Amino acid sequence: MSIDIQMPALSPTMEEGTLTKWLVKEGDAVKSGDMLAEIETDKATMEVEAIDEGVVGKILVAEGSQNVAVGTVILQLLEDGEGVDDLSAPSETPAPEATPEATHEPATVSSTPEPAQSTASVQSVPVEMDVPAGTAMVETSVRDALRDAMAEEMRRDDRVFIMGEEVAEYQGAYKVTRELLQEFGAKRVIDTPITEHGFAGIGVGAAMGGLRPIVEFMTWNFAMQAIDHIINSAAKTLYMSGGQMRCPIVFRGPNGAASRVGAQHSHDYSSWYANVPGLKVVAPYDAADAKGLLKSAIRDPNPIVFLEHEMMYGEIMDVPDMDDYLVPIGKALVRRVGSDVTITAHSRMVGRALEAADILAGEGISAEVIDLRTIRPLDSDTIIKSVKKTNRIVCAEEGWGQSGIGAEIAARVMEQAFDYLDAPPARVFQKDVPLPYAGNLEALSLPNAQDVVVAAKGVCYVK
Amino acid sequence: MATPGKTSKKELLHLYREMLLIRRFEEKAGQLYGMGLIAGFCHLYIGQEAVVTGVNAAIKDGDQMITSYRDHGHMLALGMTARGVMAELTGRSGGYSRGKGGSMHMFSVEKNFYGGHGIVAAQVPIGAGLGLANKYLDNGKISTVFFGDGAANQGQVYEALNMAQLWKLPTLFIIENNQYAMGTSIARSTAQKDLYKRGLSFGVEGVQVDGMDVLAVRDATKKAAAHARAGKGPMILEMMTYRYRGHSMSDPAKYRTREEVSEMREDHDPIDMAKNRLLKEKWADLDALKAIDKDIKAIVADAVEFAKTSPEPAPAELYTDVLLELDA
Ligand SMILES: Cc1ncc(C[n+]2csc(CCOP(=O)(O)OP(=O)(O)O)c2C)c(N)n1
Ligand SMILES: [Mg+2]
Repeated sequence: MSIDIQMPALSPTMEEGTLTKWLVKEGDAVKSGDMLAEIETDKATMEVEAIDEGVVGKILVAEGSQNVAVGTVILQLLEDGEGVDDLSAPSETPAPEATPEATHEPATVSSTPEPAQSTASVQSVPVEMDVPAGTAMVETSVRDALRDAMAEEMRRDDRVFIMGEEVAEYQGAYKVTRELLQEFGAKRVIDTPITEHGFAGIGVGAAMGGLRPIVEFMTWNFAMQAIDHIINSAAKTLYMSGGQMRCPIVFRGPNGAASRVGAQHSHDYSSWYANVPGLKVVAPYDAADAKGLLKSAIRDPNPIVFLEHEMMYGEIMDVPDMDDYLVPIGKALVRRVGSDVTITAHSRMVGRALEAADILAGEGISAEVIDLRTIRPLDSDTIIKSVKKTNRIVCAEEGWGQSGIGAEIAARVMEQAFDYLDAPPARVFQKDVPLPYAGNLEALSLPNAQDVVVAAKGVCYVK
Repeated sequence: MATPGKTSKKELLHLYREMLLIRRFEEKAGQLYGMGLIAGFCHLYIGQEAVVTGVNAAIKDGDQMITSYRDHGHMLALGMTARGVMAELTGRSGGYSRGKGGSMHMFSVEKNFYGGHGIVAAQVPIGAGLGLANKYLDNGKISTVFFGDGAANQGQVYEALNMAQLWKLPTLFIIENNQYAMGTSIARSTAQKDLYKRGLSFGVEGVQVDGMDVLAVRDATKKAAAHARAGKGPMILEMMTYRYRGHSMSDPAKYRTREEVSEMREDHDPIDMAKNRLLKEKWADLDALKAIDKDIKAIVADAVEFAKTSPEPAPAELYTDVLLELDA
């Protein structure tokens, strides 16, 4: 029986690709490890390798074919002693067995994730925005918005430079620093060895020495190696020096859970850094904020922790076409106006909160959605003002609940608007366990729009 | 070329089989990833099989191993079942961590495998800590800690080396130098590329070993293990090796040439090397080798079947294993 070789997926979400090139022809003998073909997706070109020995019987998909579905039989391999007559009818194309989390993006370090399905409820134009009327909008991925922010600031100020693992030649593990090396050269786009504690400290020293470093952590999980410098060296120095010594530095990278990468690679640090005086902590949701907040962060004279979200990198959203689009740090944004309940969220969770607001609207509940944007300093005023209007609040976040952002917000609401509350504040957060790998358990762990809906109905006393 | 290592028909056939099992297992894992059955990160060991196989042949039952996320080969070498490893890759209840760990995080108390670590170099001091426990308990065991050329630049490696030498811990620091850390070649990450010399300032001896030659790995490890077991402290073994595949599944590996990879495959493949020796010594003919391959394919196919059919963990598993009860 011949062996069917199928179009492979490069990631759990890849559905089709282009067969760019055959590296073998019919009649060739191949052995395990030989390259058979090159395939291409929007992310990357990869080679398909033989894992069996045999002779190339029949090539079923021509070179250059586009949109070849994953699982399509592309080649039949004849085993020892078989002839063309032994070719069996290609097996039915099985739908790739989807993992339960197949709607998630792949979480592969080297890839450029495909845009996640964008839900209709993702509002990319905020309700309040300091953009002159008539400004054109450019569709930009969050990834490119971050890149543009860095490029613009590097053009503007030659003290700004970026360093981190794979930021230069590899163009960024998640391609956020794409083409920066080409434009700014190796002096300003610096590949480091895998030495987070060391290069975070070097970044702090460079900032004290008069530069404006951007330190990229491949993910914030790895910044735990460096947290001593972020807190003890960067955050506390201004204070300890009686105001003399500055440390203008941006630590940035993807934070929180990606997709199926397990407990050590899926940690949300929002509340960890939010706990530290001397830091500013920023966590944008959409592409415009990613750009405007990162530009502000780079110009800020203080140490900034800038928390991105890997699953948002591929989202394409509107960014105002302006020479210098800045979003102020420390100001929350009301993304949807409502009257019955306030929902707060930051980073990717904002999308889920907006989705929840849509669902709630269908059930007659009008939710106001506040995108925190900055977690420290927290914009209490915007939250309190909203709660005084809605009298109810749900605080949603992706991280764990204990001592979390929601806990902080709930406390402030009770301190500052207790008499206005018609229900105790509710929180939505990740289950109180390390993030499991199994698809079904991971899905159970992370908060989704439905969890927000349930909490909102709860504070509205609606069943 | 060094003189070929001493071996026997029985031993070399065994080592060949072990390496082939890892190779075939990894090829299949790559395929399952392509079919969407494995998700997240999946780092294959293809090309590096001789390292763990040679080390395992030189240590004793009960000695410990600990490594990074590139861990499938280590587990198979230690005799953890292909079924259990594969089912963890697919996130099923039959996996070594009952689906909760994934490719990067598996453990076996029974087989003395201490993981499966996702944070680059974190396993290094932990491995030295296993050495401390061995010395403290005076149990005669040694610990072996595997890490990459990229990991070798992390500060905690040097903190661990210093303490290991100061306290004469029975630990082997085994650097799997496959020349790349993701897309960064060793020349771009360090000015001092002889990693076996990295312990000298602490007084830790090191040797460089052809990590594609399973017998060379075995011999070097035997010496180092004897050194550690005799109470003389740790050693560094720098295994010169190569990974054929990308760093993880979707690394297009544009940082090296196709020729570089095929040169390693054609001329330095650890499995081919063992195969040629078997044929040359007439310890096996092609038919015998084919039979081994068939055997191994059957083991892997069985593991795949198990990994596909083993159920997902029960939802209640989400909450188990966070903390132990006091009387546990
Ligand atoms: C502390 C930390 N930083 C970065 C990463 C991301 N990362 C995972 S593997 C890797 C490369 C490691 O290379 P090496 O140590 O040579 O091991 P190899 O992958 O070659 O086996 C990097 C940068 C990580 N997991 N942990
Ligand atoms: Mg390496």
